[in-house]
Amino acid sequence: MIDTARVLQHLHLVLVASFATTIIGVALGVLTYLSALLRPVILWIADILQTIPVLALLGLVMVFFGPTATTVIIGIVLYSLLPVVRNCYVGLEGINPALKEAARGMGMTKLQALLWVELPLALPIIFAGIRIAVVTSIGIAVFGNVVGGGGLGATLTNAIRTQNMPVLLWGTLSLMVMAIVFDTAMGFVEKRLKSRNT
Amino acid sequence: MSAAIQFLETRGSDLVTAVLVHLQFVVVSVGIGFVMAMLLAIMLSRLPAKVSAVALPVLGVFQTVPGLVFIGILFMYTGIRPLTVIIALSIYALFPILKNSYAGILSVPEAMKEAARGCGMTDLQILCKVELPLAMSSIFAGVRMSTIYTVSWAVLAAMIGLGGLGQFIFIGIETNNQVLILGGAIPAAILAVALAMLIDFVQDKLTPRGMKGRKP
Repeated sequence: MIDTARVLQHLHLVLVASFATTIIGVALGVLTYLSALLRPVILWIADILQTIPVLALLGLVMVFFGPTATTVIIGIVLYSLLPVVRNCYVGLEGINPALKEAARGMGMTKLQALLWVELPLALPIIFAGIRIAVVTSIGIAVFGNVVGGGGLGATLTNAIRTQNMPVLLWGTLSLMVMAIVFDTAMGFVEKRLKSRNT
Repeated sequence: MSAAIQFLETRGSDLVTAVLVHLQFVVVSVGIGFVMAMLLAIMLSRLPAKVSAVALPVLGVFQTVPGLVFIGILFMYTGIRPLTVIIALSIYALFPILKNSYAGILSVPEAMKEAARGCGMTDLQILCKVELPLAMSSIFAGVRMSTIYTVSWAVLAAMIGLGGLGQFIFIGIETNNQVLILGGAIPAAILAVALAMLIDFVQDKLTPRGMKGRKP
């Protein structure tokens, strides 16, 4: 009923984008935490990006990268950065100052304290942000086919055009299953991370 | 820059119409979504916690249905009518408001309700004068979120030819014309930010003076 290639394509878009979002988002989150000067700028940009309609954002990226999967991936990354950046910042900011002090007191450099104490402590919150980003990106990737990126969006749009109900339902169902599986699995990991830290 | 001026000269009146159509979709859908969400939230808060433990995740699952599909399926039954878009958008607008309002109402301390009852308030009075005002900041956060989302989702109205800012975006993507895409995207972003600011303003006006600066 459903083209497996399309499902894999969809997963590919989501996974590559989520990987990039995680790296860029955490980097920006750390920057937001460290620099009071950049903080409002980064948070403001990430906030504004969310108010731009997905289709418009994809269309704008397409102007530079053409109708390819790259366009879709960049679009997803831009759109899902906010939860990762914000959670990373909130997580780092919320660490007990006594623990940070202790790390420095043990002779750790700022970088060591960040890598070995602060980031591990903030991990559950950062991971919660990544979870939101991954689940959102499954939905965003549906628009990928409008800018030529393929994925399940192509299957769905064809089904709507030809009024093919079974394909439409199966396509939607696979998207829902994908979202629920990712959400539940990552929720489980999140819970484990949280209990490890307390 | 000159491209932008040219766009405004040739498409200016189209743009105004599109913004108004877009605004209309958003306001009507968020309005309907808000009323339904509040009714559901109040109902759920009165029922045993078990009901909402089942109902909220089920609603959450429906939220994962992409807007594209939802409008696509509805469109087969209700046709090319604004109604199709409004039904779909209202349902999407409902979720964030419902979730936040329900959490807000539940977070009202039992002692306060008890005290209100002790003062001789009826159930309805407790709801209107104690629970809802205390849940207000949480409810407004939900309305704000769903308004911003709905501005973005309303772009899909153009998919079935019902106008709004999406028409510029769709035509722009098809003809690879970034001026048109921006012509749809920038007003949409401004609209979202402006509506969010309006909601903040209304919230500020509605919050009793004694509760300002209080976190829920």
